[in-house]
Amino acid sequence: MSSRYNSNAGRVFDVFNVILLGVVGLLALLPFLFVIGGSFATEAELTRRSFFLWPDQFSLASYAAVFATPTFLRSLAVTIGVTAVGTVIQLAITVCMAYPLARRALPGRNLMLSLIVFAMVFSAGLIPTFLMVKNLGLLNSWWALILPAAVNPFSLIIIKNFFQELPIELEEAAMIDGASELRVLWSILLPLSKPVLATFALFYAVGIWNDFMSPLLYLTDSAKWTLQMFLRQVTVATNVAVTNADSSYIPPAQGIKFAVVVVATVPILMFYPFLQKHFAKGILIGSVKG
Amino acid sequence: MSDLLANAAPIVAVKDGPAFLPRKVTLRARLGQHRWLYLLLAPGVVYFVLFRFAPMWDAQIAFKDYVPFLGIGGSPWVGLRNFTDFFANPDFFRLLFNTLILAALSLLIAFPLTIIMALLLNEVRLQIYKRTVQTLVYVPHFLSWTIVASLSYLLLALDVGPLFHLINAVLGTKIDFLADPNWFRPIIVAQMIWKNTGWGTVIFLAALASVDQEQYEAAIIDGAGRLQRMWHITLPNIRGVTMVLLILQIGQILNTGFEQIYLMTNALNRQVADVFDTYVYFVGITQGAYSYSTAVGLFKAVVGVVLIFGANWLAKRFNQAGLF
Repeated sequence: MSSRYNSNAGRVFDVFNVILLGVVGLLALLPFLFVIGGSFATEAELTRRSFFLWPDQFSLASYAAVFATPTFLRSLAVTIGVTAVGTVIQLAITVCMAYPLARRALPGRNLMLSLIVFAMVFSAGLIPTFLMVKNLGLLNSWWALILPAAVNPFSLIIIKNFFQELPIELEEAAMIDGASELRVLWSILLPLSKPVLATFALFYAVGIWNDFMSPLLYLTDSAKWTLQMFLRQVTVATNVAVTNADSSYIPPAQGIKFAVVVVATVPILMFYPFLQKHFAKGILIGSVKG
Repeated sequence: MSDLLANAAPIVAVKDGPAFLPRKVTLRARLGQHRWLYLLLAPGVVYFVLFRFAPMWDAQIAFKDYVPFLGIGGSPWVGLRNFTDFFANPDFFRLLFNTLILAALSLLIAFPLTIIMALLLNEVRLQIYKRTVQTLVYVPHFLSWTIVASLSYLLLALDVGPLFHLINAVLGTKIDFLADPNWFRPIIVAQMIWKNTGWGTVIFLAALASVDQEQYEAAIIDGAGRLQRMWHITLPNIRGVTMVLLILQIGQILNTGFEQIYLMTNALNRQVADVFDTYVYFVGITQGAYSYSTAVGLFKAVVGVVLIFGANWLAKRFNQAGLF
């Protein structure tokens, strides 16, 4: 590789490249550092200084205020609950569907696969889906955040392909020993697929956690709101441009906004090492044609 | 379907033992044989029927005057009226223009930036440095649009945000970024770049990692410089991936992404902010014009299908790898 260092121009490029990428990396991070710094500052300092990463006076007042807000605590609990239940349900339905579809001999399989691909390319749109959720009586129910997105067709096809590539002899041997289909799936395929399942569990979990559109569409009762809805209410909907300056309205303190953004970001950052690893794997196995 | 029958035989043989294999397996027997598999399929099939295919059938209200009281089946047909209303509405060209501008900006700015970023990362030889930069630039991808919008509001807000103060100090003008229609598109594009550019490099870097290193060594022996190698070896090697991603992007031209646009839309920038996705929401959900907004959504979906197949056909015509 040392042969690549063959010219001065090359060396200049290297130095420039390393500096540029460093700057880009820091720019990607800067908004967080700003918000984290601001969340630990006093309200007075936030009014006085427009930009700082490190507060003069360290204060937990904003966090205390946020965690003393019942609507915040409720939305956090709702989001954690819906994400946990939803991920399990979505993954279970997807895996249960992927396993039979991985059997080439199953009558009707090809038809079903074609229909699934069709559903991937063509969607009925927002309104018919909304009406379906409404007619099923799921408006203002947390199920509306889980069921309409229960099976991601891309994930389904990738998991199916993964099952298909496992050696068929494993299944045949188990069946000769008298294992049922369910037993084969549970005791043989699933343990072999743990990394793949972890990847798609994370896909689903992040999807539910970050989802803003479904709660906006389906939860009109603000007592049922998720964290993303609460966050928008505090940071975006309080802006003058949005509220049209209703004089009787008192916007939340600036520090609260900072603290809420940090609290909403932390869970994602906590899982970030897993997310980075598994998401990269997910899109790479997804990009292999099959 | 013929290979399906051929493949069915061995499994039947395994289950029942070759000696008892009937000469001709009836469909009923085969269905019964796989009953556990169908049972496993059931929840997924119910999902697809309820939330994917039934809504396609219900999209017929685009051709009806849907009255909730009468139901989808009982509402009267109106032919193409909802569509002609939409195309005759001045909103249509405004929406089309706003949507296409954002799609073009994304295709012309965000997409090339992703490739450039991947090329630059690929040139870093200190692996730990490369990985650190990657770790930093991937983070925004995992955050919700709500967080991206919140950060934008905190950074740009009138009289408060640091970027507001920075511009005020440098140019001496007070710009209300969040309300000024002229700033809507730049903000949207900046958000797209911040959120997606880093992550978008993953797939290109994977393609670059599989490039045969001997090609570079041969080029060095032939005296090719850094740029020449990048131009003649690196870029041709990511052409296939680029084509596939381009086709996918073109199929998505009218899908601006609801959440991002909705969160940045307000009463003062509606004129430039409205796109098909948010329009369907505003007209359909908040104003209750179900049939009309379904027609808008259907128009968008059909154009999307045509675009994706069209782009794929074009890519194949020019001898590039297509999608299907």
